[in-house]
Amino acid sequence: MVTPDAGTIFIDGAPTTGLDPVGLRRRIGYVPQDGGLLPHWRVRRNAALVPWLLGHTDSAARADAALGMVGLDPDVFGDRWPRELSGGQRQRVAIARALAARPAVLLLDEPFGALDAITRADLQDAFRTLRHSLGTTAVLVTHDLREASALADRIAVLRHGRVEQVATPDVLLAQPATPYVAQLLARAGLR
Amino acid sequence: MLRSLAAFVALGLSAVQSGTAPTPRPVVVASKPFGESYILAEMFAQLLEARGIPVDRRLGLGATQIAYGALRSGSIDVYPEYTGTGLIAILRLPPEPDARAVFAHVAAASAARDSVRWLPPLGFENTYAIAVRRGTADSLHLATLTDLARSGMGLRGGFTADFIGRPDGLPGLSRTYGVQLRDVRALLPAVKYAALAAGGVDVIDGFSTDGLIARYDLVVLRDDRHFYPPYEAAAVVGAALQRSNPAAIAVLTELSDRIDETRMRALNRRLEVDGVPVAIIAAGALRALGLTSAGAPGTADRSAGAGAGPDRGSLAEYLRAQRRPLASMTARHLLLVAVSLVAAIIVALPLGIALTTLPRYADGVIRLIGAIQTLPGIALLAFMIPLLGIGVVPALVALFLYSLYPILRNTYEGVRGTDAGAVDAGEALGMTTRQVMVYVRLPLATPVIMAGVRTAAVIDVGTATLAAFIGAGGLGDPIVTGLALSDTRMILSGAIPAACLALAVDTLLGAGQRLAARRWGGD
Repeated sequence: MVTPDAGTIFIDGAPTTGLDPVGLRRRIGYVPQDGGLLPHWRVRRNAALVPWLLGHTDSAARADAALGMVGLDPDVFGDRWPRELSGGQRQRVAIARALAARPAVLLLDEPFGALDAITRADLQDAFRTLRHSLGTTAVLVTHDLREASALADRIAVLRHGRVEQVATPDVLLAQPATPYVAQLLARAGLR
Repeated sequence: MLRSLAAFVALGLSAVQSGTAPTPRPVVVASKPFGESYILAEMFAQLLEARGIPVDRRLGLGATQIAYGALRSGSIDVYPEYTGTGLIAILRLPPEPDARAVFAHVAAASAARDSVRWLPPLGFENTYAIAVRRGTADSLHLATLTDLARSGMGLRGGFTADFIGRPDGLPGLSRTYGVQLRDVRALLPAVKYAALAAGGVDVIDGFSTDGLIARYDLVVLRDDRHFYPPYEAAAVVGAALQRSNPAAIAVLTELSDRIDETRMRALNRRLEVDGVPVAIIAAGALRALGLTSAGAPGTADRSAGAGAGPDRGSLAEYLRAQRRPLASMTARHLLLVAVSLVAAIIVALPLGIALTTLPRYADGVIRLIGAIQTLPGIALLAFMIPLLGIGVVPALVALFLYSLYPILRNTYEGVRGTDAGAVDAGEALGMTTRQVMVYVRLPLATPVIMAGVRTAAVIDVGTATLAAFIGAGGLGDPIVTGLALSDTRMILSGAIPAACLALAVDTLLGAGQRLAARRWGGD
């Protein structure tokens, strides 16, 4: 969606520069902050979007499987409209949509930001379990360091577009590399 | 549905092309939209029919420019016109006082310029009559137009739009006499006498042969400086009829010099004061002139005022009696609207979508299409006569042009304004630009686009009543004729169904719009 100002992004060891952006996007499962479901499509069709774009004939079955993975019974929710769902359910559908084509990489842009605390905790648990069982690489963008430390294998702290520190949660907590990271941890009540 | 649409369009085309088709074909007789013109045209028509020549009536065409334009382009064959009008309003020549000289001048110039032939005059003059109430004339001592210029500064004028605009109307009056009124407003011919009598205005333009001048006891101010040229009534004949049917011209010439001013005023009075249908007045006049025998065919088919008895019963009775013609006029009205609307959707929808990808041109194009909207309907129709003649085709084109803007504007705004979250998600998950348009933007814009179609449809139903001015039929027919003949029942018999139709179309499309909003409107 945005071209890098500098540097190169590698996926599976191959640089993304020069790749067809449409094809590239279809290989990345994307979850926007507000769900971004198509309001005029039922849940099943929303979840089936990427397999359908990729031309899979079994896109509905893949959608149902993905819905099951995020804890939504496809028989109950498949034929509903997005507007008939709660915020948390919509976000689950968005994650199912991102997973349905079994992408190698997931990109989540503050996926749990707009939810109430209980729903957020539920969804974070579900996401952690799911990621471990699927083994998918996931890049999750968040402002919430507690969320990051709870979900992530490695955390990159960014400030004004520059990397302050990249480390596992344990290392980050124990040895913040810059005053900014230390301050951030203090603010989140983690130190 | 498609087949009937095609047949309908073909019908319209054949109506336009009839001007150039080979004989034998009906003679197309037309009139302008006021009573005397209807009576004379109906007399032409019945006389031709009595001599075995088939006739197609197109009565009540817009006004001078539309009727003469239709004659010149071959859409009609004959209509009654006045030499003074021909001189000043059509040929744009300076006024002359001598009737013979005016006729000779107009006949020669029309033949040379437009291949239009003026038959020898019918025998009466019908000049503009500037009229005031008797009370006004007495208190201000008004007898002539010079008196009006001297003492009329405090009076309010109510004139037909035709009179306000044409050089031998108000502009000439102001220039010649220096007439300055306190206020001038445009009135329809049908209401100006009533407005004068009720005191809404103080001065009106009438015709010297109007039956209502005597009825309302009005004073006609004398043209003491002889500003007005002679307005001798005559049949004007188009080129095609001259070529193809000399017999018809010979029949029409039988009326030359047969109708004097007294007779014409009496005929007008029967129409305007007594409310006798035009067809009956014309038939009686032809019998009285000895041109048809007593048992002549009573041709009261689709002609002006047909079906309305001389008694003026209630509106409900009238509507019941007229239900068959009204039903067919409603159907034609709907068809005019439907065909033009479908055509407008076919053009405006893709154009609106294309413009969202070309934002640099969008504003200019939409404004250009919007400018069409500001043209008055009658003006747009008049522009199209030289290109498309009269009848269904120019009416469809005009309605099509009027429908474009609301559909185009709403398509453009609707597609551009689609929920950004849905569009971003579609793109981020790998939809192509085209897929985003087809599967996200267009469906989500559907309620807005439907609102545009709905606006266009309601505007169309209203505007389609103007189609009657160029002979395209529909519910405008009884409105135009009723206005010309001061027949309120007839006006309402067109206006009420037209209003109901507009409400029905609005309700129906409104339901469709709500359905679309429920289906695609999002949460």
